[in-house]
Formats: sequence, structure tokens, C-alpha cells
Amino acid sequence: MEFPAIQVCNLKKSFRKREGFFKKSRLWALEDVSFEVHKGETYGLLGPNGSGKSSLIRILSTLLTADGGEVRLMGHSLPKEQEVVRRIIGRVSVDAAFYKKLSARENLLYTALLYGQKPGEAERRAMEILEQLGMEKTKFSTPLEEMSRGMQQKISIARALVIDPPLLLLDEPTTGLDPKSRRDVQSFLEALRQRTGTTILLTTHDMAEAERLCARIGFLAHGKLVAEGTAEALKQQAAAATLDDAFIKLTGEGLSKDEEPQKEMGVLEGV
Amino acid sequence: METTIRQTWAFMFRGYHLTRRYISWVIVFNFYALVTSATVALIGVAAQDYQLTLTLVVGALMWNFMSSLYNEIAMSIAYERWEGTLEYTFMAPVSRLIHLTGISLFSLFNSIVQTLVVLIGLLLFTDLNLRGANLSGVLVVLGVSTIAFVGLGLMAAALPVMSPERGAEATHIFQGSMLLVSGVYYPVEVLPKWLQPLSALSPATYTLSACRKLVGLGNSGSVPGNLMGAPLSAVMRELIILALMGAVLMPLGLWVFGRIETWAKRTGKLKRTG
Repeated sequence: MEFPAIQVCNLKKSFRKREGFFKKSRLWALEDVSFEVHKGETYGLLGPNGSGKSSLIRILSTLLTADGGEVRLMGHSLPKEQEVVRRIIGRVSVDAAFYKKLSARENLLYTALLYGQKPGEAERRAMEILEQLGMEKTKFSTPLEEMSRGMQQKISIARALVIDPPLLLLDEPTTGLDPKSRRDVQSFLEALRQRTGTTILLTTHDMAEAERLCARIGFLAHGKLVAEGTAEALKQQAAAATLDDAFIKLTGEGLSKDEEPQKEMGVLEGV
Repeated sequence: METTIRQTWAFMFRGYHLTRRYISWVIVFNFYALVTSATVALIGVAAQDYQLTLTLVVGALMWNFMSSLYNEIAMSIAYERWEGTLEYTFMAPVSRLIHLTGISLFSLFNSIVQTLVVLIGLLLFTDLNLRGANLSGVLVVLGVSTIAFVGLGLMAAALPVMSPERGAEATHIFQGSMLLVSGVYYPVEVLPKWLQPLSALSPATYTLSACRKLVGLGNSGSVPGNLMGAPLSAVMRELIILALMGAVLMPLGLWVFGRIETWAKRTGKLKRTG
């Protein structure tokens, strides 16, 4: 039976925020979010900071437990089948977290070993990916702390792909990158999807990036999925000329007003 | 099986390369361990009391080994949090048992090296002569007590998962309390009566007691250069207690770590804060 690559149904997640010594309040990071991503599709989630994008990615990555709802990745239910799910997902987060003293080679080999792969094969694959991302071979042995953020993010992508996952979870992978690095990453992701049929869930602030890469887009605001469809359909639905305008009309807020939702949500980890 | 070996090796591989990259700091910390141990040992030298010197040397060496093992395990999780890589480790299809075994094996190797460095260094500060000591018996005791210390280390490793800001510091409170009640440099009998029951709960108490007997301390026939180390059968009580403690603390450590991991995933505490 054919099933969606990602199936999210009525997903809920809240965090408790302490207010004073005894009082705690509950803040919703995700409220009844439902969507599906087909196999081989690139699906974009657009939303400002604090809208729940990262919480969603972290739930799908088995790093956060949902309060309610259902999540299935390639037919496997979370959190029940998280061991299987961990073998089929690769994740790239906005901050390239590595052992910064170690080289790209050492970091990638460590990941390959963690996934039980043969080091030789993993190294060859990692080299290919880094070359496709426009990275020089000579940089392979350089400690990551000596590399630019753009290079680190490319290695982060290589780390996610070195295990050859059918499902890629990308949490703002191009945020903070220079225009060239951003183009390199976007071109690579396009080519990857066409070549291997990898399913990609991408969260981003960048409307142009979403339009370029994503077959369908979901607008997330205050933990709710307020609209979804193709970029054209969303523009038509909002009677807007651009995706930016469509987002403002459909969600009532702009992506650039990053601070507003943060203030509303309070200082919360993992939102 | 091959996958399990590779996954266990991943943590050794990481530990080896991090040690290599931080080698100057490793040297500094080994030097620090040697200096603090020598400072303690010289108290015995100043008193011109060989028994006291040997008591302090055994205490310093054993404490160095045990605290290093405990610390390495506890701090490896704190380090992963600091680098932000803990999420990636938790995302990998590695069981927590393999994860923590890999960390513990590398920590054990590190602790052995550091203790050897301290032992060799102490030879320069004291006229230490261990002839007649039951050193093979000491190794057996250390081997058995390692399991209990790994268990304690795993419990302490959960603290940085709970609180990235204070967790690493809290591990030192555990360590300091153990140092106080375990009779590392003095007999536990000198502790206030109300504190003495706590010494029975520390695996370090039994490790030190056994090791001192095995090197010949407390034996009136022991003289410098010709120690009368007790046979292993003389420390069977301590060995049994240590084995029982290991059998309880190791699974308990894994259980505590697992519970904290579940809690952290529910509350969103795994997120990078470094």
C-alpha cells in the first residue's frame, strides 16, 4: 500500500512556562497541525520565529515528544517506532552543531560509525557530496572551527546525507549563509531530489527559497497551519501578487516581524 | 554485531581525536593531577612516616583513577551539550547502552593513562617502593569497582541533560561528597558519627579499604621495600560488596539516564544552549 512519506495528524505540543515561584502557564507551540508530504516531494513550512517550525522538525526527528496527535514517517509511527525512524531520517538544523575541533572528515566518519556504516564507503560518499556542494578537497582535514559558517552548513548537509536517508528534515538550512553558499545549497537540494527522489521537509523564512524548491508550502503561525498549497494556489487564495503578501494576508503577520511571536511565546526552549 | 562494534568504536574514535586535538589541555590536566597527588603524598614524607605516606599515595592514586573515570563519563555528556552534538547522538539509531558503553570504555582508558602518569610522577616525589604489594590483586579490585563507578558516572551524566547551565557543576558536588565520606586520605572512623553511615554507601570506601590491605598497609610486618600485601582472599568481603554495588549501580545509572532523556524530550531541554 502506498503511504505518504510524512503524515502529521492533529499534532499538539505545549511547553510550560514558569511565572513566579508557584505559577506555571502552558504555551502552545503546535496546535492541531495536520499535513502530508508525498514521497519524493519537497514541502516547505514557512513561518516566523516562534511559530513552531523547529518544534515540528524536532518531533519528527525523535528529539521532542508530542503531547498529542499522530506522526508517521514512511509509514512508521512515532514515538513507537522511533528506532526504525532514526535510520531513515537525516536532519540539518539552523546551527551547524559539530565537534568544532575535529575536521570535517573526522566529524563525518564519526556520524557514519554511529549509524554502523563502513568507514571507507562513508568517506567516499561524504567526499562526493562535499564536492557537489562546491567544497574543496583540501578543506576535508581542516578543523571546523577554522571554517566559515557557509562551509560548516555544507558539512552539516553532508552529515545528513552520508547515511543516505530517504527523508531529509531541513530546519532553515540556508539561514545566515552568504548568497553564493545559499545558491550552492539550493541547487544541490534541487538536484538531490531529482536524482534520488529524496523527500524533503524544509522550514525557511525565505519566500524565494520556498518558491524555488518546494512543490507545496504550508504557512505556520502561532503553532497553527493556517494555509497550504502550491505557491500559486496560496497567492490566488490570498489574492496576492507575491508569496510574501499572501503570507501576510493569510496569517495576519509578516515573516520579518521575528520578534513579535517570540515575545508572545516567552523565552522558551525548543519552540 | 558488526554494527554494534562500529557504533561502540564511534565513541572511542571521537574520544581519541578530541584528545589529540586538545592534547595541550590533556597534558595540563595530567600535570594538575600529578601536582595535587604529590602535594598530598608529601604530607606523609614531611611526617617521616612511611605508613602515612603509603596511605596517602594509595589514596591519591585510587582517587585519581576513580574520580577521573566518574568525571570523564559525566563530562562527556556535558561536552556534547556544549557543542550541540547531543541531539545528533540521540537522533542516531544507537541504543543508550552502546552509547554509554562507548563513552565508558574511552573514559576507562583515559583514567588508566592518567593514573599511570600520576604513579610514575609520584615515584619522583617519594621513595615509593611497592615490592611485596599484591599489585595483581589491586588490579582485580579496580576492575570490579570500575563497574560501580561507571554506574555512578552514568547517573551524574544525566545532570547536564537536566540542566545545561548547572548540571556539569552539580556532578562535582557528588564527587566532593564521595571524597569526604570514602576515607581517601583518612580512616572513615574520624568522620562524625552521623556521617559515618554514608561511607558505607560509597564504592570508593571498599575500593580503598581493599587496596590498602593488598599493598600491605595495616600489616605490622610491612616495612619499606618489603611490604606484606594481603592475598586476594583477604579482601573477598570488599570484592563481593563492590560486585553487588556494580550490579545495582550500572543498571540504575542506565535507568536514571533513560528517565532523564525521556523527560528532556518531553520538556524540550535537549536544545543546544552552548
